[in-house]
Amino acid sequence: MTPILEAVGASHAVRGREILSDISLRLHPGETLGLIGPNGSGKSTLMGLMAGLLRPSRGEIRLEGRPMARLGRRQIARRLALVAQSAETAERITVRDAVELGRTPWLGPLRPWGAQDDDAVAAALDAVDMAHMAGRDWASLSGGERQRVHIARAHAQAPRILLLDEPTNHLDIHHQIAILDLVARLSVTTVIALHDLHHALRCERVMVLRAGRCVALGPPMEILTPALIREIFAVEAEIIPHPRGGRPVFAFQRLA
Amino acid sequence: MRARAATRSTGRNRGWLWLAPAVLVAALLFGTAVGETRIPLATVIEVLAVKAGLGSAALDPIDASVIWHYRLSRAVVAACGGASLALSGLILQALLRNPLAEPYLLGISAGASTGAVTVAVAGIGAGLLSMSAGAFAGALTAFALVAALARAAGGGTGMRGAGVIILAGIAGSQMFNALTALIIAQSASAEQARGIMFWLLGNLSGVRWPDSWVAVPMAALALGVGLWHARTLDAFAFGAESAASLGIDLRRTQALLIGTASLATAIMVSIAGAIGFVGLVVPHAMRILVGPRHARLVPATALAGAVFLVLSDVVSRIVIPGQVLPIGVITALVGAPAFAVVMIRGRQR
Ligand SMILES: Nc1ncnc2c1ncn2[C@@H]1O[C@H](COP(=O)(O)OP(=O)(O)OP(=O)(O)O)[C@@H](O)[C@H]1O
Ligand SMILES: [Mg+2]
Repeated sequence: MTPILEAVGASHAVRGREILSDISLRLHPGETLGLIGPNGSGKSTLMGLMAGLLRPSRGEIRLEGRPMARLGRRQIARRLALVAQSAETAERITVRDAVELGRTPWLGPLRPWGAQDDDAVAAALDAVDMAHMAGRDWASLSGGERQRVHIARAHAQAPRILLLDEPTNHLDIHHQIAILDLVARLSVTTVIALHDLHHALRCERVMVLRAGRCVALGPPMEILTPALIREIFAVEAEIIPHPRGGRPVFAFQRLA
Repeated sequence: MRARAATRSTGRNRGWLWLAPAVLVAALLFGTAVGETRIPLATVIEVLAVKAGLGSAALDPIDASVIWHYRLSRAVVAACGGASLALSGLILQALLRNPLAEPYLLGISAGASTGAVTVAVAGIGAGLLSMSAGAFAGALTAFALVAALARAAGGGTGMRGAGVIILAGIAGSQMFNALTALIIAQSASAEQARGIMFWLLGNLSGVRWPDSWVAVPMAALALGVGLWHARTLDAFAFGAESAASLGIDLRRTQALLIGTASLATAIMVSIAGAIGFVGLVVPHAMRILVGPRHARLVPATALAGAVFLVLSDVVSRIVIPGQVLPIGVITALVGAPAFAVVMIRGRQR
């Protein structure tokens, strides 16, 4: 099976300094991959590479088997949506305006707005529980509400691949779980950068980054061991099995 | 609910679209009717009707000439120039995500002036087209320089970046204005120099019909490009990177749109000198009136820019009896306070 998104020895350098080195990764259709790593380890940079917004200095990114560099922006945007770590606007747009932007790759001067676009926007607003705020001004939203609107915008883009850079940032526990449930429900391939290791347990695989390098890649239960957590985050952790067979719980004791 | 959403997205209130030509015609008529010599409105309409082939009557040849050759051509060029400059500002604001972006403040007008003056003084080809070409080259050079300077100074998006690029624009303006002064001092005769200095302040006095053969297509082009790219301009709401992830080809779009804005500015500069602040005042006023969506913002800005410059021109002719002020003085008198308001509102965010 050709991977839907593939990184082949991809690196990224800024002014001669490599901030991401030799990342190789094959994403299978429908899977959810968690990206874990300390601040500055290169998660957002990898997202940028996979979204085609940054050029690899070495190696290659392939989307559905084709080199990203040879695809047009619009072709990419119809297949892949990105929710960046932060994106703000000073324009006086409403929630609905922001979500409607997600339809951009499907529209053009000769392909005007239609009923299916309205449906996509309505479904996206519902999915993040923001339909009742559709008319609100962007400036009046809380941080978590903005994050949900960004996710709705990406949803409205109807992508096959969703790249989410710390999407649970700013969200209360209800909406954190709601977003993860939504991602699980959608049949899209998802890459999701996370800081909460409990959330990472819900991913099919996780990739652990440190200083721009991939340290581990595999199912979270196999990867996220106390030894790895000590090595990567310099924190002593214990893993406590769930008493009734649910996902285990991390107990973080102290800095290592 | 669905129906309401649909109308919203495809442009609610199409009514004003029909009003637009009427408003434009009224402004043009007003611009033609008002002037130093008092000519009754009835005479004005009669002259226009006859000239448009809608009848025949015996006309006073002097009145007819004043109305047709001086005032109407001037009003038409003012309208086209206002639309072009306002659209330039709108495009630059969206692409640079900078509420203060405007051809004048970014130094594009100053660069265009230098280019136009160089061509005029050197006498290359002479005439509006070669001056426009020189102005266009100057405008692009100025923008490239200002953008490079802003980037080197670490300007990004956001209010800090907004400040940096405006500072770069000021530096660029000063440099190009100095260059223009140098060229004039070096190579223009005293008479030439006086004429050029007056023209540099933004002046429509010398405008005749041939100018409209360039100004009208330019305004149409700017409007067409703006409408064609309305969704693209919307997509820049969350920044260039976000626009790219929404499928916008940044390089192509920026080259085309900034090229159009620079060309529009250059054409207007070669016709009437550097007229400032139109690109700042008009788009911001229209955002308040019709909202942030470019499908509505582009036509509204074009119309309001046209009306604004026609009215500014009228004011420039009547505010001091017996004396014509440069139109740039009027637009700056309105524009500078508007600049302050935008800046203060930007800080409060
Ligand atoms: N344009 C740039 N210029 C210079 N350094 C950069 C640039 N972009 C990223 N970096 C550096 O590369 C490293 C990786 O950054 P990146 O944003 O990918 O980290 P991250 O894993 O997403 O961190 P966080 O968890 O804080 O979001 C950081 O040290 C950052 O400072
Ligand atoms: Mg990050």
